[in-house]
Amino acid sequence: MELLGYIFQQCINGLQLGAVYALIALGYTMVYGVLRLINFAHGDIFMLGAFIAYYLLSRFTLPIYVVFVLTMICTALAGYIIEKVAYKPLRNAPKISLLITAVGVSLFLEYFLSLKAVFTPNYIAFPRPFEVEAFDLSLFTITNVQLIIFSITGVSLGLLYLLVYKTKQGTAMRAVSYDKEIASLMGINIDATVSLTFIVGASLAGVGGILYGIAYPQINVFMGVMPGIKSFIAAVLGGIGIIHGAVLGGFIIGLSEVFVSAFLSSTFRDGVIFVILFLVLLLKPTGIFGKRIDKV
Amino acid sequence: MNFFWEARKVILLSVLIYLSVKAIFFFGYVSQYIEQITLYALIVILASLGLNVIYGYTGQFSLGHAAFYGIGAYVSAYLTKIFSIENIFAYIPILFISGAAAGLIGYLIGIPILRLRDDFLAIATLGFGTLVRVLLDNSDKFSEVFGGSRGFVGIPRLTTFELAFVIVIFLILITHNLIYSRYGLFWRCIKNDELASASIGINTFSMKLMAFTYGCFLAGIGGALYANLYTFLHPSNFDILKSIDFLIIVIVGGMGSIAGTIYAGLIWVGFIEGLRIVLPAEVVDLRWVFIPLLLIALMMWKPYGLMTKGRN
Repeated sequence: MELLGYIFQQCINGLQLGAVYALIALGYTMVYGVLRLINFAHGDIFMLGAFIAYYLLSRFTLPIYVVFVLTMICTALAGYIIEKVAYKPLRNAPKISLLITAVGVSLFLEYFLSLKAVFTPNYIAFPRPFEVEAFDLSLFTITNVQLIIFSITGVSLGLLYLLVYKTKQGTAMRAVSYDKEIASLMGINIDATVSLTFIVGASLAGVGGILYGIAYPQINVFMGVMPGIKSFIAAVLGGIGIIHGAVLGGFIIGLSEVFVSAFLSSTFRDGVIFVILFLVLLLKPTGIFGKRIDKV
Repeated sequence: MNFFWEARKVILLSVLIYLSVKAIFFFGYVSQYIEQITLYALIVILASLGLNVIYGYTGQFSLGHAAFYGIGAYVSAYLTKIFSIENIFAYIPILFISGAAAGLIGYLIGIPILRLRDDFLAIATLGFGTLVRVLLDNSDKFSEVFGGSRGFVGIPRLTTFELAFVIVIFLILITHNLIYSRYGLFWRCIKNDELASASIGINTFSMKLMAFTYGCFLAGIGGALYANLYTFLHPSNFDILKSIDFLIIVIVGGMGSIAGTIYAGLIWVGFIEGLRIVLPAEVVDLRWVFIPLLLIALMMWKPYGLMTKGRN
């Protein structure tokens, strides 16, 4: 009975982490869908979200919902600028050039922000916007932080679904990810669609950053590296380019990470995620929901 | 013998370079520190050459090259320490064993991941690099000697200028001959068009695997020389930033150019270490702000490298 409770508790913790990964993975999967690019800088936008929220909360003591809105606007702007400055000039360049540029953008963001004049290279504590309360549900406990994370992730997912499947812009996005040239022949503005994808992805990563800061209240300029890579793996696991795949992948990665830490050793949790990646790439490279085999 | 006869120009040139460098060292124009950096530049050139074989010649993008460099370094450090080797002639076989170990691991990991293309290969090699980093950080759990995240200490210092110079020149010659052999032709074919290469009967998978294994072997030897030069290893020396270092050297020197890699390696090490002498430490810390910008600028204007002829 005690073990069962422990397992349930770890499940809740895993879902909490998985929800954040799912939010980041959505940005990866959408950008990969439209540009066929692994946007390495996406993990750093997540970090940027946490830092902006930190400043808004600690310097201006704004209410939490204002912080959410402002952070989303800031990270969306950051995503838009990165796309326009770094990726757009390389739209027709070889794939690897684009990838190396993405790595460059990621390193630049990390090391520029780690300067003492900008942010700081040290760990800083993320302020608590509200008191943590735990609700005891006999088998396991759930905190209000976890409830907030689940509900905000749920709402974001719902809004994203409405955007992608019920609006014209969403249709354009799907069309561009299917075939860029034909989409532009149909009168779809490719540049605007790509920008919109980056804006949506970056604002979701910003939300993820705030939630991560609330749940694990310690932030650092390099905090985006590992969650970024893991979320990308989550996107691959679920089937890259597929929205519900990214969400499922995020939860699977979050759960496996927490279970490995709980039952094996926390030092091996990063390793296990990469073992999952190798297995996916070997056994089903298109991911869980992937059907279409890419053109060679 | 034929091998040496055909390479006579390179060997003559390297003897000249060797004598002049030795003369500079002998008359004490430069400090001990510069000597160490010269050695380090040779090592970096060797490891970058490995990446150039994988990426520049065969077109397989790797973001985990530093992992193989690290494997070579740790294997050599372990073997020289437990056998407490002091003789340089006993060290040479260990050097090649370390290279072979890195090559073998490259071969084993290459079997699953070389089926992937471009960006998926990048993420898989990046993943492998992280995995190796995690293992090195926890290596003290397997054996106390490795030191885990505290670092590997007390490695005998065996790398001398003569040894490194001879090994590097020898391996550059071997690499050159391989590139212009039948296999090298296949590699370059695969880089240009994998599907077309397969259609004319090239076994693309085994050729890619061969290039990858050889590139990792070179990185392993570079790592071994590094371990026995600095006598201290830390897992953080073999992370993604190190892989990016090698990548920059390959790109600056030009993909698919041995001479370019040599120049770029010298310039790169000279540039980074030169900055360290000229500028105060706080400014040197800024280098990782400018290096990514350099990388982005290179990709925008010269995606095939600074020293290659423009190819569209």
